[in-house]
Order: sequence, then C-alpha cells, then structure tokens
Amino acid sequence: MKLELRGLAPGTRLGVLAGLGRSGTRAMEVPGCLLYTHCGSVPHLTHDTLDALGRLPAVTQLPLATVAEHQEVLEAFREGAAKLAGLHDTVLFCSLQDPAAPCPAGYNTSKSVSLWSAAGRIELTVPKYVAMQAAVRPDWYQSLADGDAQPAGSSLKRVRRSVERTLTHLDECVLLHQKTAELVGAELFGVVEGADVREERVRSARETAKRPVGGFVLDGFQSGVMDQALRAQLIAAVTAELPRDKPRLVLGVGRPDQVLSCVEGGVDLFEGFFPFVATERGCALCFRFAMEPDPESAVQEQNGVTEDGGSSRTEDPEHQDLQQMTRFEMNLNDRRYRDDLRPLVVGCGCYCCRNHSRAYLHHLLVTKELLAGVLLMLHNVSHYSSFFSSVREALATDRLETLKSVVLGV
Amino acid sequence: MAASTVGEAEMNSASRGAIAGAPLVLRILAECPVSKARACDMTLPHCTVNTPVFMPVGTQGTMKGVTAEQLENLGCQICLGNTYHLGMRPVSGSATLLGSFRQAEQREHRMDHGCALVITVGPELIEKAKGLHGFMNWRRSLLTDSGGFQMVSLVELSQVTEEGVKFRSPYDNKEILLSPEQSIAIQNSLGSDIMMQLDDVVSSTVTGPRVEEAMRRSIRWLDRCIAANRNPESQNLFAIIQGGLNSELRHICLEEMTKRDVPGFAIGGLSGGEEKDDFWKMVTLSTDHLPREKPRYLMGVGYAVDLVVCVALGCDMFDCVFPTRTARFGSALVPWGSLQLKHKQYAKDFQPIDPECTCPTCRRHSRAYLHALLKCDTAALHHITIHNISYQLSLMQSVRQSIIDGCFPQFVRAFMDRMFPSREQYPRWAVDALASVGITLN
Repeated sequence: MKLELRGLAPGTRLGVLAGLGRSGTRAMEVPGCLLYTHCGSVPHLTHDTLDALGRLPAVTQLPLATVAEHQEVLEAFREGAAKLAGLHDTVLFCSLQDPAAPCPAGYNTSKSVSLWSAAGRIELTVPKYVAMQAAVRPDWYQSLADGDAQPAGSSLKRVRRSVERTLTHLDECVLLHQKTAELVGAELFGVVEGADVREERVRSARETAKRPVGGFVLDGFQSGVMDQALRAQLIAAVTAELPRDKPRLVLGVGRPDQVLSCVEGGVDLFEGFFPFVATERGCALCFRFAMEPDPESAVQEQNGVTEDGGSSRTEDPEHQDLQQMTRFEMNLNDRRYRDDLRPLVVGCGCYCCRNHSRAYLHHLLVTKELLAGVLLMLHNVSHYSSFFSSVREALATDRLETLKSVVLGV
Repeated sequence: MAASTVGEAEMNSASRGAIAGAPLVLRILAECPVSKARACDMTLPHCTVNTPVFMPVGTQGTMKGVTAEQLENLGCQICLGNTYHLGMRPVSGSATLLGSFRQAEQREHRMDHGCALVITVGPELIEKAKGLHGFMNWRRSLLTDSGGFQMVSLVELSQVTEEGVKFRSPYDNKEILLSPEQSIAIQNSLGSDIMMQLDDVVSSTVTGPRVEEAMRRSIRWLDRCIAANRNPESQNLFAIIQGGLNSELRHICLEEMTKRDVPGFAIGGLSGGEEKDDFWKMVTLSTDHLPREKPRYLMGVGYAVDLVVCVALGCDMFDCVFPTRTARFGSALVPWGSLQLKHKQYAKDFQPIDPECTCPTCRRHSRAYLHALLKCDTAALHHITIHNISYQLSLMQSVRQSIIDGCFPQFVRAFMDRMFPSREQYPRWAVDALASVGITLN
C-alpha cells in the first residue's frame, strides 16, 4: 500500500492510495469515503441495484459488529467475509463498531473491549479479536481499541487509561497479526484515542506512529460526541504527529460540513454511513456541492433553500444524534412532496432521480413500502460519492473555501 | 430463460392492439390434447404477455423491494399494481425503515381494526404522472384490481349496498363510498392494460341467500362498470364470475356474464379458505363455460401445485401475494417445497437456494449468507423476493413450453414427482382434479 500525495499547498492532502488489496492492483482516491455495509451488504441493496450506482468507492467497509455473531460460519466457510457476502471485487476494511448504531460506554476492561452486535454485547480480548479478523480475512483492519472515554467529562485518569490500553492492545495485535496466516498481506491500522484531552491525543498519536502500522484510525471524534471547533483543533494536533505517507481515517464523521473540517485537518478517509442514516429517516441528501453555478441552480438559489425542501435552519445543533435530520437533507415524508413530480435532486444522474419522482418516494414512505429504502439509498450513496469527487476537485483547484460556502449554503 | 420471449413482444403505445379498437388480442398457440391446458400470446397495449402466466402482486405501485428494472430483467411481462393504501392508526414511529415496514406487515396480517382505506395518490396526480405506469416507471403491462377486495376483507366497518361499498373512517367519521363508477374512474386514471370490475365479494365459506345476492349484484355492477369505462379502446375491463361454491349460481353467473362483450373473464370468489375439493370443481365448471378465445384469469391462486393443476383445468392467468409475501418472512420457494432460511440448519449451508436456479440471488449468494443477512438487513428480503418471483415465472415458462411441445401431461407428472417425497403424499384433490381432465398420476 502506498500513498501518493500531490504536492499541493502545505496542509492539504490530495492523492491516491495505490497498491491496495491482496493483489496489490487496486487504488483509492483521497480524500474519499468507504462503501458502508452491514454484514457485507450495502443496506437495502442487492448486487444489481448496487451496480446501478456506477463507480463505487474502491474500499468497502465492514463493521465487525455487523458480522461478529457469524464467526463460526466464516470459519466453516474458510474464504473470508467478502467472498461469503458475494461482494464485487473490492478492498475490504474491517472496523470495530457500527457507526450507525449506539455503542454504550462503560463495558471495556483492561483486557477486553465490548463489541455491540445485533445479537448483543460481545466481549473481545485481543486474541479473540484477531481470531475474528482471521475469519473475516479483510484487506485492512483496525486494531482493538478502547474508545470508552468519549463522553465529555470522562476523568483524565480514564482518558489516560484508554490511551494506554489501546497501545497495549495494538502491540498485542501486531504480534498476533504476524503469526496469523489468514492475515498475511492485510494492513493493520493503529487507533488514536485521547478523548478531548489535547496532551493525550498527542501522546496517543506519537506512540501509535512508532508501531509498524499501515495507517491510522482516529477514534472519539464521532459527530454527537465532540463539537466541531474542538474536533478541528484536536485533529490538527493529531495529524501533525502522524507520518505523511500513511492514510488517516476518522470514525463516525459523516455530515458534509464536518467532513470538510476534517479534510482541512489532514484526514484522508471517512466511513460512508451518512447516506444510510439519512435513508433510515426517509430523507434524501440534497445539499449542493457543485462549484460552478449553472442556470438551473441559480434559479433554485433565488427560490431559496426551503423550496427544495431542505431545512431552513442555517445551523444544526452541535451534539446532534444520528436520528435527527440535518440541513443537508429533505424529508420525503413531508406532505409537501405529495404532488411533486420532480426528481429528488434536479440534475442528479442516479437511478432514482432518472426514473422516479419525489411524489413516488413520498407515496412509498407513507405506505411503508420497502422500495423507499432501496431508492433513497441509491440516491444518497450517489449524492454523497459525488460530493467527495467535488471535494477532491476543490482541493486540486485550490477552491476549498468556495466548496465550503456552497455546501453550507452561505 | 423467460427474457427471450419478451424481446419480440414490446411495442409502444402507437401500435396498441393488432386490430383496430381491440386493446386485447389472444392468439392460441397450442392446446393440450389431453387436458384443458392452453398456451397463448395475449397482446395488450403495453406488451404481449405469454400465457399461462403468473402475475406478481405489487399493490401500492411497487413490487415490494424490487425495482421496476429488476422485475423487467426477471422477465416479468405483467404484474398487478395499484395505489390503494390502508391508512393506519398513528403509532409511535419506528426509527428504521425496516421497523416501520414490519409494523405495517404485521397489521396487514392481523387485519387490524380501525383501518381506513385511503387512496394516497389522487387521480389528477396519477394522470399528471402519466398513469400508474409512469408513476412506478413500469413499461410493460399492468393489471389493476377494483379496490373492492381490499376494502371488504381488510376494513372492519364496511357495508355493501346496491350503490357500492360503504364504510366510515374511524378517524374523521367521514363516510366513504366505492361505487362501480368510481372504481372504474380510478382505474381509468391509472391507465392499466387490464382493469377488474367492482364485484360484490363474499367469502367462499359463506352460504345462504347472501351468495346469490352477491352474484346477481356483481352482474349489475359489471354492466355499470362497462358503461363507466372511458377508455374501451385502450383498457380492457374483465368480468369476475361469482357464485361461491354453488354450481347452479355459478352457471347463472357464467351464462349472464358471457353475454356481455368483455375481453376477458376472471374466476373470483375462490381461494379463500374453502375446501380444495370444492375449489377445483368450481374452477373446472367455470372454464367449461367460458369462451375459448378469451383469457381466463383465476384470482388469488399462486401455490405451485395449484398453478399447475389449474392450468390443466384451462386457466391462463394467475396472481397471488404468497410468493412475494412469504419471501419477506424468509421463505424461499424451490421445486421440492420451500426453505425456511431463518432456521439454524442453513447457517453453514453454502449452496445457493436452488443449485439449478439461474436467478441473480442463486448466482451470487448462498443459503448461509442469506441466513446471516436476514438478521441484519432488508436486502436479504429483496434477494429472496427476487428468487421467488423468478421461481414462479420459470415454473410458468416451463409449463407453457411443455404445452407448446405437446408434453404437458409428462411435465405434470415430473413436477409432482419432484414436489412430493412419494405418491402417497400427492394431495387427493390435485390427483382428482388432474384425473378429471385426463391426466393420471401413476
């Protein structure tokens, strides 16, 4: 795995992660987002509908929490989760928790971390964890980490402990990784903890960087856990300690404004769960990210954001939980769409926007039809992927500030 | 396999019907020399449909979790669609789409009291959206029902009068009436290739004078439906033969309704919990007295054995929620029965649902994976729905081909042999029904 960065203004990172996968032939553009799955399936989508998305992110994410209860099946299968799931040819990243599901704190011990699966809590020591990863056979995976010290107000002692434990887990992971046949060729990512304590963040980053890891996972920065201003500061402090040539992935950040802030702070990769959480509330992503004004959107600008159905809020509360709708979406449950025969987003080329209308989506939601999830997911993943293309383009042409104003609608 | 017959059949709206003014043309390709089975091509405004045909049911303008494109790729030429909807008593919303979908399914299953039938998509909007075809983005043929069955069976407080089906909404206490004229007006707006008359539906387990009353009223309502049809040149109105399990009443209904100039006939009032022995006798009586050159649509029949037997008895078209509904409960249909994929026994079964099936699900996924996925994502339901639709369509394709090839009786024998572990387990009624048309199973 090799990260080739373009020589841009210092602090900006734009490039390609090449040499990916067991064959070493795949590549992923950064900044980018991963393809989010549950148990190896993009939520609501089958292979054919997934195909309708066109170009998919090169790296697919499988949260271990969504597959942990099937360890025995994976072991009997002996060919890994990607194959069992019938996934397309992709690079598989196995993270720990599901970013779209709650992870109650308070269950981690010095020797174990609790995983929250559909079947309940699973307690994992490092050996158990590595054995699970061996069954999954990922291309990348994160080390076992104690992310418990997230809630603001954790004592300093607790924060320090989480940093210590995470490093200890990492060291043990490294050793076991080297002894595990199924993980030969897989990249191990270290995890940076430290909650909201700057010294601990810096310490965690420095120490993790000393270990033989392929990349870095930034934990404890999830939306809803930390506000944007503090996140921006701490991420910058963390990435300053990390080697330039290894990728940095932040967990649990999906909102477009927060993504942009993290990109500025030196983050390369994001979990792609945001389209899914919007889908689950019957919402379609509709925020703008085109930097060139076109006649159509100019008219829409004049009509105001509310005409499109997006929220008229100019701000979202900082500690917003995942259930709440953001200003980047339109809620198709709303009666105002009952007679609206326009596509979800005018100009969007996704399957849903090419073939269906807001009125149809509204009807499907009101009648509680499964197809609503399928169509919304197709649109939301497509919209979000295009947003990331725009981010890369903005970086390439030094227009990140422009993109920020477009996305925030200011 | 099914897809190959479709290509030649698509036509645009400019070439509706081969004969001027006839939105339905039936060409009989082959008739079984032994039984009453036939294989036909039925040309409708949107496309030609090969029969015998199973029509998947996608009420509410959607084939459940399957997109229009996926359905087309499976080779489906005609499906049922509609936009009626049961308005539910408001409950605390579910956090996930899967949660609200499960709530809705449970209610439908339980036939909740206090539901109001609501038409969520008004006729003006549907017309603006270019009919139900435009709204759902389905290019091939559509059949719509009258709304009557849903109302009467699923709404507790309904009342049938000569005017139509009346009920009072438990929310706003407004009285709602679905008359023959209204039902046709709605179906005209929907623009379906085939519309069903509004009939006075009685459960097949009801006896006494109500059955005759319903049958006679259905005839009167048929006439009102015919009169109300704005689009006789582009939409086909089918009559529905009633009469319960009473041969005399069925005879009368058949005699009367066949006097009317409708392009097709449905056999209604069956498949509702009656004894199978009574069921098949009414089916065969009906096909005996229906014109040969018009299609026969047996409503609500979809179990594999029932399909095969009723094809033998002379039916051309079938619909049933069973294959798609059972998929959503994790049940996959196979030539030897069904697999309950939620059961532990499939946890490490790495074969596809049916090793011989060529559907997208079987080409890519194993029973073990579907078993696992059933616990965590709706995509599992879509995979199984796709497989079940494919199974039904394939079955009918094979039935059709065997009629064309002149070996339908042999096909039936092989089918029964595959489906049941031994001859002793063949359902008695099926053996009798097949024997009645010259197909013996030994």
